[in-house]
Amino acid sequence: MRAARVALPTTVDEAVEALTATPGAQLLAGGTDFCVEVNFGLRRPPAVVALRRVLELRRHAVTPERVILGAGTTYADMGGGALADALPALAAAARTVGSPQIRNAGTLGGNVATASPAGDTLPLLCAMDARVTLRGPAGERTLPLGDVVTGVKRTAIAPDEVVVAVELDRRPGPQQFLKVGTRNAMVIAIASVAVAVDIEAHRVRAALGSVAPVPVRATAAEEHIADAIDWRAPGLPTAPASAVARFGELAAQAASPITDHRSTEAYRRRAVEVIARRALERCLSRAA
Amino acid sequence: MPPDGDHVGAGPAAERGAPAAGAEAEAYVQADRYELHVNGSRMAVEDAWLGESLLFVLRERLGLPGSKNACEQGECGSCSILLDGVVVCSCLVLAVDAIGSAVETVEGLSATAEVADIQAALVDAGGVQCGFCTPGFVVAVHDLLRRSPDAGEMEVREALSGNLCRCTGYGRILEAVRSVQRSRARAAGAGGS
Amino acid sequence: MPAASGAGTTGIAERVAGGRVSDRVGDSATRPDGAQKTRGEFAFSSDLWMDAMLWGKTLRSPHVAARILSIDTEPALAVPGVRAVVTAADVPGRPTFGLEVADQPVFASDTVRYHGEPIAAVAADHPEAARTAAEAIVVRYEPVDPLVDPEVALGAAPIHPDGNVFRHLVIRHGDTSATGDVVVEGDYEVGMQDQAFLGPESGLAVPSEDGGVDLYVATQWLHADRDQIAASLGLPPDRVRLYLAGVGGAFGGREDVSLQIHLCMLAMRTGRPVKMVYARDESFFGHVHRHPARMWYRHHATRDGDLVKVEARIVIDGGAYLSSSNAVISNAACFAAGPYRVPNASIEGYAVRTNNPPCGAMRGFGAVQACYGHEAQMDKLAAALSMDPVELRVRNALERYDRLVTGQLLTGAVPVREVIRAAAAHPLPPPPDPAAPMMALPGGAGATADPVHVRRGVGFAVSMKNVAYSEGFDDFSTARLRLDAGVDGEAVATVTIATAEVGQGFVTLAQQIVHEELGVSRVVLAPANTVDVGSAGSSSASRQTWMSGGALQLACATLRAELVVRAAELWECAAAQCAFDAGAVVHQPTGGRLSTLELLAPAPLETEQEYHHRPTKALDADGQGDAHVSFMFAAHRAVVDVDPELGLVRMVQVATGQDVGRALNPVQVAGQIEGGIAQGVGLAVMEEIVVSGGRVRNPSFTDYLLPTTLDMPDVVATVVEEPEPDAPYGAKGVGEPPTISSGPAVLAAIRAATGLPVTRAPVRPEDLALAWPEVDTA
Repeated sequence: MRAARVALPTTVDEAVEALTATPGAQLLAGGTDFCVEVNFGLRRPPAVVALRRVLELRRHAVTPERVILGAGTTYADMGGGALADALPALAAAARTVGSPQIRNAGTLGGNVATASPAGDTLPLLCAMDARVTLRGPAGERTLPLGDVVTGVKRTAIAPDEVVVAVELDRRPGPQQFLKVGTRNAMVIAIASVAVAVDIEAHRVRAALGSVAPVPVRATAAEEHIADAIDWRAPGLPTAPASAVARFGELAAQAASPITDHRSTEAYRRRAVEVIARRALERCLSRAA
Repeated sequence: MPPDGDHVGAGPAAERGAPAAGAEAEAYVQADRYELHVNGSRMAVEDAWLGESLLFVLRERLGLPGSKNACEQGECGSCSILLDGVVVCSCLVLAVDAIGSAVETVEGLSATAEVADIQAALVDAGGVQCGFCTPGFVVAVHDLLRRSPDAGEMEVREALSGNLCRCTGYGRILEAVRSVQRSRARAAGAGGS
Repeated sequence: MPAASGAGTTGIAERVAGGRVSDRVGDSATRPDGAQKTRGEFAFSSDLWMDAMLWGKTLRSPHVAARILSIDTEPALAVPGVRAVVTAADVPGRPTFGLEVADQPVFASDTVRYHGEPIAAVAADHPEAARTAAEAIVVRYEPVDPLVDPEVALGAAPIHPDGNVFRHLVIRHGDTSATGDVVVEGDYEVGMQDQAFLGPESGLAVPSEDGGVDLYVATQWLHADRDQIAASLGLPPDRVRLYLAGVGGAFGGREDVSLQIHLCMLAMRTGRPVKMVYARDESFFGHVHRHPARMWYRHHATRDGDLVKVEARIVIDGGAYLSSSNAVISNAACFAAGPYRVPNASIEGYAVRTNNPPCGAMRGFGAVQACYGHEAQMDKLAAALSMDPVELRVRNALERYDRLVTGQLLTGAVPVREVIRAAAAHPLPPPPDPAAPMMALPGGAGATADPVHVRRGVGFAVSMKNVAYSEGFDDFSTARLRLDAGVDGEAVATVTIATAEVGQGFVTLAQQIVHEELGVSRVVLAPANTVDVGSAGSSSASRQTWMSGGALQLACATLRAELVVRAAELWECAAAQCAFDAGAVVHQPTGGRLSTLELLAPAPLETEQEYHHRPTKALDADGQGDAHVSFMFAAHRAVVDVDPELGLVRMVQVATGQDVGRALNPVQVAGQIEGGIAQGVGLAVMEEIVVSGGRVRNPSFTDYLLPTTLDMPDVVATVVEEPEPDAPYGAKGVGEPPTISSGPAVLAAIRAATGLPVTRAPVRPEDLALAWPEVDTA
């Protein structure tokens, strides 16, 4: 307990090296999940590898084709600037996380690695088919998000791997993120939804949060609405109200919510129906 | 790693004041003995345990109990400090992870008088009752007004939404913030003309 | 003396810096401890530190109800750094404690009766060692089926030797067989709220050489704690010395003993100072909560809208131990009908023991729960009568010289109509702005609503509450006052009073009173403790302004009289020829003056005075009697925006009129009103300890939600000042009324916005959304 070591790497390679060198060492990024567990005696790390000084993890890049976010990108980073312009739904999600204090510390990589069903960035990442790059002693590998986040607080990340970056392809078109909680700020999602309307590929992407062990794509809803949208309409893509309502119903059917101390299965299903519909409505009325 | 592109950036925190690399940064440090930079001074921490939060170390080892321990899970803001100039919850910073960073607590801010008007306004407006949330609010308000001196009502409320108060219902606290904004704006105006 | 940790900070032995007091009673004086608090220099109970101190940690039961078969502390003692482990077997004196009856074990010995009941405590040289050691204690439990339904508990086998019914009381008033032409009935429910004071349970116990112990702790009533601790330690009370450490809020949650006895036992066992701080999750198990309630009501009225009779059956769940449940159900029953003229009443109240978490005092104390019931009923009645809800309330409002359903004649100020009109007079907020930022709509940062989804509603509620304790309890407060000539040409008044300052601002008022009464500007508050002065009673029941203010006023009057006597002796005249005036004694025939300072030159003056309110009486078998000292009234109007499809609520404005008697410090009164409304609306829409099968499901601020700056509505307040005849300075208490009808007003507003019945607080999104008709999307 007293003789434990802390590694303070400044590069990803140093971080990987430190992880491999100290068996049982745990990665610490923003601390917004890690430190809560330590404070309440639920986690007693024998050693820690702290990532805060790995500046390369805090960089991001926005190109016409894609957005690459370093795993150390904080919610505050996601909430403004070029990142928010490129991914407004991610910015909206980041804005719902915790408090300003939490948003300054919590990271994208942490949100992925913690893999909470209520992780606020995850629905948008899931909707956009995000890819996660991991680096371990054997090198780097890039996997679809769905292959990384595998269950409730379970991931495919190896103990000696570091989440390096998350990459999304850019799709032209409006996107929305809505999150239901019983308080106006600082609340764990009871249900959330990310919807992106791809006006080039004539597709809709929708993913749900907090209503399944991992974020889920509402595929049937996506397919249904893509057919119903009038993509040729001058200006805004439109769709009949009944089709939009059906989109909400199908999205609700894609959910497998539970009843817990925060909410009930029935409410979560209703909430998904409503916020999926509303998210789509906003996209249709705001398409460029 | 993110390649070059139309925009390559780093988050504001990384740009503003990253932990110092350099001579004192080592690959490994012992968790039980290290040094922190707090309120402009180097302070030695001894006989510590790896799992101690920065909040715990400030309060119980470094003689700085001004930051408060209302929840120790990042839900109340009573432990707010500035870490490399950014407001965070010190209960969510592992103390050893603060090595090489600049830590500023309510005590440090009070000593330099840069929050004196915020503090006076809180008291005058009746925004202090039991006072447990007060240091956290001083730090959060200081951070807000530094970044956004002319913040409107919604922005102020959002910026302070991570600081809970159970006594006041926030009315007097928000009044104090408005009062500081007004007098700082007047002083700036007077200085400029 | 312990200090706040580190050098240079204010230890608890420091006197609250007086500064110069220029404010009188009625001014918005600045609180004397405010500046320290803003600098982080004010020492709260969790800030204490002493050389060589150990850390304490409690082991709590993971089971709701169980037999304890064995407790093995050896593994804990083997953990490095551990100095002591104590259990029930180590309690030297009385094995139980309690505010009304000592029915609660210091440590569970053979029976666990609630989730989180303390089993043992450990002292070690580091909190982590203490935690590891507590986890190492091996306890063999045999879980049993818990009793969690209060209705079932009424008839079930007792889960405690004292039985399952704490109290059953009945109020029969007037003609209980009377009926009205218009009858409305309903069932209502209020969930378990938590005080959620921010400063966690904490303290420092220091063993003393006389075989006793000094305890520095945050609490609401030093002397009541002391007496219970002394009984359990088997010590005479004067060897248990309590010193008030800075209190980070209380709201009723610090009235009962929490860690005090455990901490003292550890200190005495180890011979070392021991500090204990509950983390927030433990805090949810460490103190009593507000009683959940289920209420049935039936209101009868004439066709013109005059109340004829109120019937009610109220059951409050007191959880595993008594705490102050008897007084809470009494309040709930006494105020079940609300602040209205009710000629006939039949009210039944039960406080029941279950294996749910123990419940006790929380700001509002039974009147809150009843208010949800009676105000929902008044709205139902108004609807049945096709009458405006405010008009119905005005019509039936109590007036001076009316009688309550307990038969008590109202002889004080009863400005019920005035508070109703004051609340109603505030301008409504502007209608919802279509261009409002999403953050300002229901759903807040989650951006779930568009303006088209939002409906606004307005609701009204009125309440009453008593001041101080009831039913014959001889409540009192004690103030010691000393006047010195001081060292720099200014008289100094030193106030020693055991009143627990919990944030409400009594320290400010104390200075104002002394300045007002004696004209002294240097007023120093000595530390509050049980050593230097008698009991001030509890900081609860909105009583301290009246009781401790009264004690201080009495002490000032005593010293004023002594100053006059001194002057008369110096002038060799009759005391009757002298009068005290603005800091001096005046010889009326000649106009000669002797200042307080001159009169103190030969020697200081000191007095200790006890203030009692007039006697009250117990309630008889029909619930009739002059049981209360005085009453406070308040009205609230709430404006809410609701997104009914999602069941999300945003509070827009709460307007209030509150009967305060006299505002002795207007800024502090405003703070109490706004803070109380925050707690009231919190219960209405977001705050609940979720208990299932007796287990607490949400012991954290992640899931026990307090209103944030983005949740609080604008508060507009009018204080109605009609001086209370018996009260010092004519002032009633102000702390509780804002918590009582604010929540019911929010529920009424949600009903108005949605047309849904909404009979439960807190309202959950599913209560609205799943009852909301399907939206027509065509």
